[in-house]
Amino acid sequence: MNANVKRTIEEAVLPPLVALVVALIVGDLLILAYGQAPSAVWRLLVDGTWGNAYGFGQVLYKATTLTCTGLAVAMSLRAGLFNIGAEGQLAAGGFGAGVAGLALPAGTPAFLAVPICVMAAMLCGGLVGAVPGALRAKFGAHEVIVTIMLNFIVLALLNYFVSAKLHVPETLHTPEVHAGAMPRLSNLIGAFHGSAANWTIVIVALAAVAAWWFLFKTRAGYELRAVGLQPDAAEYAGVKVGITWRNALIVSGALAGLGGINFVLGYKGYYEDGFTGGAGFLGIAVALVGRNHPLGVVLAALFFATLSQGGLAINAMVPKQIVEALQGIVIIAVATSVPEVRRILRNAVSKSGGQN
Amino acid sequence: MRRILTVVGVLLAVHIALLFVRPSGAAVPPTGAGLNVGVVFDLGGRGDKSFNDGAYVGAMRAAEKLGAHVRFVEPGEGSDREAGLRLLAAEGMDLVIGVGFIFTDDLTELAKEYPNVAFAGVDYAVSIDKDGKVVQPPKNMAALKFREEQGSFLVGAIAALVGNSKKMGFVGGMDSPLIHKFEAGYRAGVKAVCADCAVIAQYAGVTPEAFRNPGRGKELALSQYQQGVNVIYHASGSTGLGVFEAARTLNKYGIGVDADQYKEAPGRVLTSMVKRVDNAVYDVISRVKDKSFTGGIYNFGLAEDGVGYVYDANNKALISDAVRARIEALKADIVAGRIAVPSSR
Repeated sequence: MNANVKRTIEEAVLPPLVALVVALIVGDLLILAYGQAPSAVWRLLVDGTWGNAYGFGQVLYKATTLTCTGLAVAMSLRAGLFNIGAEGQLAAGGFGAGVAGLALPAGTPAFLAVPICVMAAMLCGGLVGAVPGALRAKFGAHEVIVTIMLNFIVLALLNYFVSAKLHVPETLHTPEVHAGAMPRLSNLIGAFHGSAANWTIVIVALAAVAAWWFLFKTRAGYELRAVGLQPDAAEYAGVKVGITWRNALIVSGALAGLGGINFVLGYKGYYEDGFTGGAGFLGIAVALVGRNHPLGVVLAALFFATLSQGGLAINAMVPKQIVEALQGIVIIAVATSVPEVRRILRNAVSKSGGQN
Repeated sequence: MRRILTVVGVLLAVHIALLFVRPSGAAVPPTGAGLNVGVVFDLGGRGDKSFNDGAYVGAMRAAEKLGAHVRFVEPGEGSDREAGLRLLAAEGMDLVIGVGFIFTDDLTELAKEYPNVAFAGVDYAVSIDKDGKVVQPPKNMAALKFREEQGSFLVGAIAALVGNSKKMGFVGGMDSPLIHKFEAGYRAGVKAVCADCAVIAQYAGVTPEAFRNPGRGKELALSQYQQGVNVIYHASGSTGLGVFEAARTLNKYGIGVDADQYKEAPGRVLTSMVKRVDNAVYDVISRVKDKSFTGGIYNFGLAEDGVGYVYDANNKALISDAVRARIEALKADIVAGRIAVPSSR
């Protein structure tokens, strides 16, 4: 076997695989503890997700959002930063898309409306990402703290705009967008009927390819990775570390914001308070399991989407907390085996003076 | 690399071994013959001590008394609401229930798509069209609504009769039409037994956060008690826990909402305005069972035992027999239509 391939498998494929099998075993034990047969529950999970077109459509839908938040976190991790603000950025992106869709006159042709709404989503997410980016570049404020806290601020602000200004009475959502709504995949493939999967998936797939191209084929991407691996060395080599960090967090926020169009333009056609439902936080897990590689992120997003949709299917036999526990176990198992995380944790500890 | 592959192999073997374990009593989901009912909870889910738990209790009672097979789905995020309903409808449930006003759009859509399945929505938000007319839900869709103002009227009367003050307190959560309903009923109840009494009404905020702010609740309650109020009725979710906290500190009284909240501050909770989601859910299941189900708007008020007030061994000592008799008379008047309780300010 080629040494390079061997290393890739050893470092990138095996840790998630071990994590997955460990999670399966813990899942078996939890299901047994609940008094059900693991084989029956797993079968129900597969039947309810990849086993039928509707379930598969739902998996695709959920994976679309998770791919965006996963790419967002991966982009920041590649620059050596931990963006925990994808939840707020996702919500801001959805809000931006919703407001843009409302502001456009009805009947705006799709080839104009869709790009405008998508830009609005990425702009809003990027703006939220720019705050920790600028603070990090200018004042060295730790992005973990800033992004976590910013989540609360953004979600509260959006909540205020929706519930005080924009909502349809007796609901938590805005009116439907006038333009920019994305058709569902079921229009093309009838079997998907009823599932929320929509054309956003194409845009997001392009975004994943673009992220890969940016990271591995452009100079800016190379600099970003260099800063992530060793900021001091990168600076010595002439890379402007602060600016790279700021830009990484802006791009990260824009990617998370892009995920907002999946629900807002693709599924419901309006912004609803609380639509994110933790997809931003789950993006951290997606990035870790996907080893910060766009292809890995897509696969990990499909995996977590399967767990999420499967959790509904097996809800008849076991409580949904079992699926949540499984997610947690996968995350812990992967996090302890991924070198990037270990390095970032070590850096964080030494920065805070933990070495004494 | 070989070592890690061995680990994977061993772990896989353990997993496969576990797949063969079949605990006794492992059951397939109960579907098939008989009455099948599916319930999708709101994101808060089970254990909220409010309407989700109420729906659970009602459905379990139906399982016991009517022999219904009940399945529950607990959604995790926004799109799971529709997915949960769809899952149940596609499985051929006889009745699918969504718990919480947030299900309104999803239920309406699915009811149109599955005309042969009965749907019900707890707190379903009935919309009003441009001409001010009520938009009827689809034919196979029952909107289960509660006349909270009637229950609030009775606790208002209790507050005025027991409160020993000319000022009554009210703490609302989010300043919105839904909560104004509670305030309006409460005011009317106070006035009905004490014409020169005044109600001090305050709201914790204008966002849904206002339902989760005990600190603000305590602040508002303390200032009201300081102004000479002895009893405060809250309709504010967990913000109300702050009201009870204040009542405990100053030895005043609070009135609970939705469920019996006596345990939040034993001895300081005068009564609670209870919303019997369990009764409404049981009622709609029994209608499907005896084939008398029809779509439309169902209002659960005092007459239907959909709302009420708590009077039991815990608070007997606080409410004298004379007061109790007066309240029961008012209740009879409302049920008979002799008193019309306003539902908006």
